[in-house]
Amino acid sequence: MTGTILRRLGFFAVALFMALPLIVVAGVSVNEKQDLTFPPVGFSLSWYGQIFADPEWRRALISSLLLAVSAAAIAVAIALPLAWFLWRRIAPWANIFQLLGVAPFILPPVITALGLLTFWATSGLYGQPWTAAISHGIFFVTLPLVTLSLGFASIDRALVEAASTMGADDRTVLRTVVLPLILPYLVSGYAFAFVLSLNEYIVAYMTVGFTVETLPIKIFNALRYGYTPTMAAVSIFFVAIAAIVFGLIGRFGDIRKLLGAMGG
Amino acid sequence: MSGLAIQSVTKRFGDFNAVDDVSLSVPHGTFVCLLGPSGCGKTTLLRMIAGLEEPTAGAILLDGADITGVPTHKRSFGMVFQSLALFPHLSVGDNIAYALRIRGAPKDEQKKRADELLKLVHLPGFADRPVAKLSGGQRQRVAIARALALSPKLFLLDEPMSALDAKLRESMQVELRQLQQRLGITTIVVTHDQREAMTMADLVVVMGEGRIRQAAAPIEIYRKPADAFVADFIGSTNLLQASADSAGRATILGSAVAGLALPSGVAKASVSIRPEDVRLGAPGSGAVDGTVTFVRDLGATIETYVETAGTTIVAVTTPRERVDVAAGDKVGVILPAESCVVVKS
Amino acid sequence: MKREPPKTLADYTPLFFPAVMLIVFFVIPFSTMIAVSFFRRDPAGFYKPDFVFDNYARFLSLFFANILGFSLMLAVLVAIVCVVVAFPFTYLLTKQSRKVQTIWLVCLLSVLSLSEVIIGFAWSTLFSRTAGITNLAVWLGLMDKPVALLPSFGVVLTGMVYQALPYTILVLYPALVRLDPTLTEAARTLGSSPVRAFLNVVLPALRNTVVATLIMVFVFALGSYLLPQLLGRPQHWTLSVHITDQAIYQSNMPFAAAMAVFLVLISLALVGLTLLAGRRENAL
Repeated sequence: MTGTILRRLGFFAVALFMALPLIVVAGVSVNEKQDLTFPPVGFSLSWYGQIFADPEWRRALISSLLLAVSAAAIAVAIALPLAWFLWRRIAPWANIFQLLGVAPFILPPVITALGLLTFWATSGLYGQPWTAAISHGIFFVTLPLVTLSLGFASIDRALVEAASTMGADDRTVLRTVVLPLILPYLVSGYAFAFVLSLNEYIVAYMTVGFTVETLPIKIFNALRYGYTPTMAAVSIFFVAIAAIVFGLIGRFGDIRKLLGAMGG
Repeated sequence: MSGLAIQSVTKRFGDFNAVDDVSLSVPHGTFVCLLGPSGCGKTTLLRMIAGLEEPTAGAILLDGADITGVPTHKRSFGMVFQSLALFPHLSVGDNIAYALRIRGAPKDEQKKRADELLKLVHLPGFADRPVAKLSGGQRQRVAIARALALSPKLFLLDEPMSALDAKLRESMQVELRQLQQRLGITTIVVTHDQREAMTMADLVVVMGEGRIRQAAAPIEIYRKPADAFVADFIGSTNLLQASADSAGRATILGSAVAGLALPSGVAKASVSIRPEDVRLGAPGSGAVDGTVTFVRDLGATIETYVETAGTTIVAVTTPRERVDVAAGDKVGVILPAESCVVVKS
Repeated sequence: MKREPPKTLADYTPLFFPAVMLIVFFVIPFSTMIAVSFFRRDPAGFYKPDFVFDNYARFLSLFFANILGFSLMLAVLVAIVCVVVAFPFTYLLTKQSRKVQTIWLVCLLSVLSLSEVIIGFAWSTLFSRTAGITNLAVWLGLMDKPVALLPSFGVVLTGMVYQALPYTILVLYPALVRLDPTLTEAARTLGSSPVRAFLNVVLPALRNTVVATLIMVFVFALGSYLLPQLLGRPQHWTLSVHITDQAIYQSNMPFAAAMAVFLVLISLALVGLTLLAGRRENAL
């Protein structure tokens, strides 16, 4: 009995700790006046409207979305053929590329950010908006690489053999068996990269911080020039996007498996 | 020549000969069972026939044409895998029509063929079901239907029944054999279950350590096993040491067995006698005497374990011919000479 | 289908695009950074090509030794707090129903993916005078008037634990979920209480996992680049913050690069240790 109560209490404490800052930010975001007070005074959703109405916030939102959409696409475009090759072929030396794909995620982000900063500065392309998409694509390639490797590992090789006994060549097997089976993993990998790119600050800041304002950069800049409830609204908006995306993966995919609950 | 011919095929994995110089010819329309313990090379041989493994040496011919180097997807054999390998992302109908779909057959033709095959395996109306919703036996039938979609020249099955429970397995064996006879298709099944092989096969190929130990009709394999390995693997048997005495008669456990002789020039050999051929009588009535150590009454049959001179002989009788003995009784063991088979040890 | 070695050039084609991308946009930038760490600062531009050890020499001063010491101490503290909280939590989580697990994982992922900017903003709001937690204390009559609790070391630590805790749980999750449940059941049948079974059986069985997780979280915490800046005083700035500061605000890319190379070496050494610990676990 006491065990159950203690366990519940433990879960509640962790949940409270995780939620508390978000609750306060959510409270702040519905203040009626342009003050950061909690508990909120009055109630207004106008600060959420500001994200779309205010031209600067809107521009930042669009930049962030464009960046996240293209960066996640680049990450998947790198990860898919690599994961497929590693699954299809026996080539131990090719694992070096897997290592390269995972490295940016393991190392402190400031290192990748600075590496890309020196690279774009040296190549004379510093500040071009598309450099951020490539930078994020490389930075987050780990996520689709991990989900896709899991996906490939979960394919029973007998399925591929069965297809070939029925007359399917390598390409047909890829199209009719392999791709449909790893599609959920591909979508999850894309979604992970998308959400993280949306939230990423340091790499974006170091590569295009002076020419493009993404939402995290905009929030950071706003932090220095004074708080507004819009920042709180944007933060809650981001939490909601992440929760929706991961919630969908949890609903339609097997998030426990993606996080290594089985095999691995 | 019509049919499949395997000519001195060898498959080496590193230093290990999985399949060692195997030759076999399978006439058109024959049902073959590759039988043996795990690791005997039977699955590797089947995979080489399917083109999923490349032989290290030797050739495989189909109707006289060398297909050794032909890739799997150009062989067009039907194959059922041990895991069944049904595509989880496709419905039953789409699984069966897969071979037609990738060849660009029109939709209605795909559907017609799928329905036809589903009827053949007694699953009419299952086309739109998801594979995940099927029972073990239904999955089995779908896998068989899928492999037959292109009316292949060769039908290959790798331990197809291993996932089924014992009862279902027996009825599927009968069904598969009937299906094969109706279609007249050359069929090769890999199994480690000798009952399965006896039920279905025209030709049983017993393999051990990468080699063919005996290839013959089931009853011949049972009655005349070529060596001790085959005798022991097919059914249960009493393997007894025999030697020739000065008069040339065979003696088993020190006693001469009337009417049994070893091949000339052979001083020592193994003799196999099936438990159902061993009879028990009063002490002194048989070749040797022994003591009953255990009686296993299984209802349909009764197994009696008799210890004689350090060797246990098993006798199987039906309840009708029951010999009333209990553990500790002295009995005479009768070994009819016509049932004793001399085998290479 | 068998896995087979690539034979023809065509077999290598899938590797082409990933290889080019990873080499051009990761290996080369990384090498560029190492090269720049030997360059000289150019106040007018990014840097002047050269080959000097000044940047490394400068790093070896007492000031930066203090920064390094503080960064390591902070990261160690974060790692310990996170593992101490996360290990029993994750263990209990794996005992919950699939649905409860899924909900928790979704929430943890959502928090983990949050921008460091947002986490910093959220905690600075929570500990602020106007919207902070002290308002709650005032409302309850525990305090006279609300106060700001930051900047302070405690808040930096809290913020970083907040950031690293979901990461820690997700790193521990696979190992704990795969733990053989009969292990604790066996201990229970022998008369251990659940807590004793956890301490005497689960914890020792996963000793290497715990060590590996500590190191992973340590490296993760080393990477925190904004929270010390947003929630702490300048003396609470870590190596990551200083690298950003030197690169962007002090326009001293070569010095930033030298510090980054140093950070890489520390991280790589620790990741290597993790792999070693992991290998030992598998060998058991």
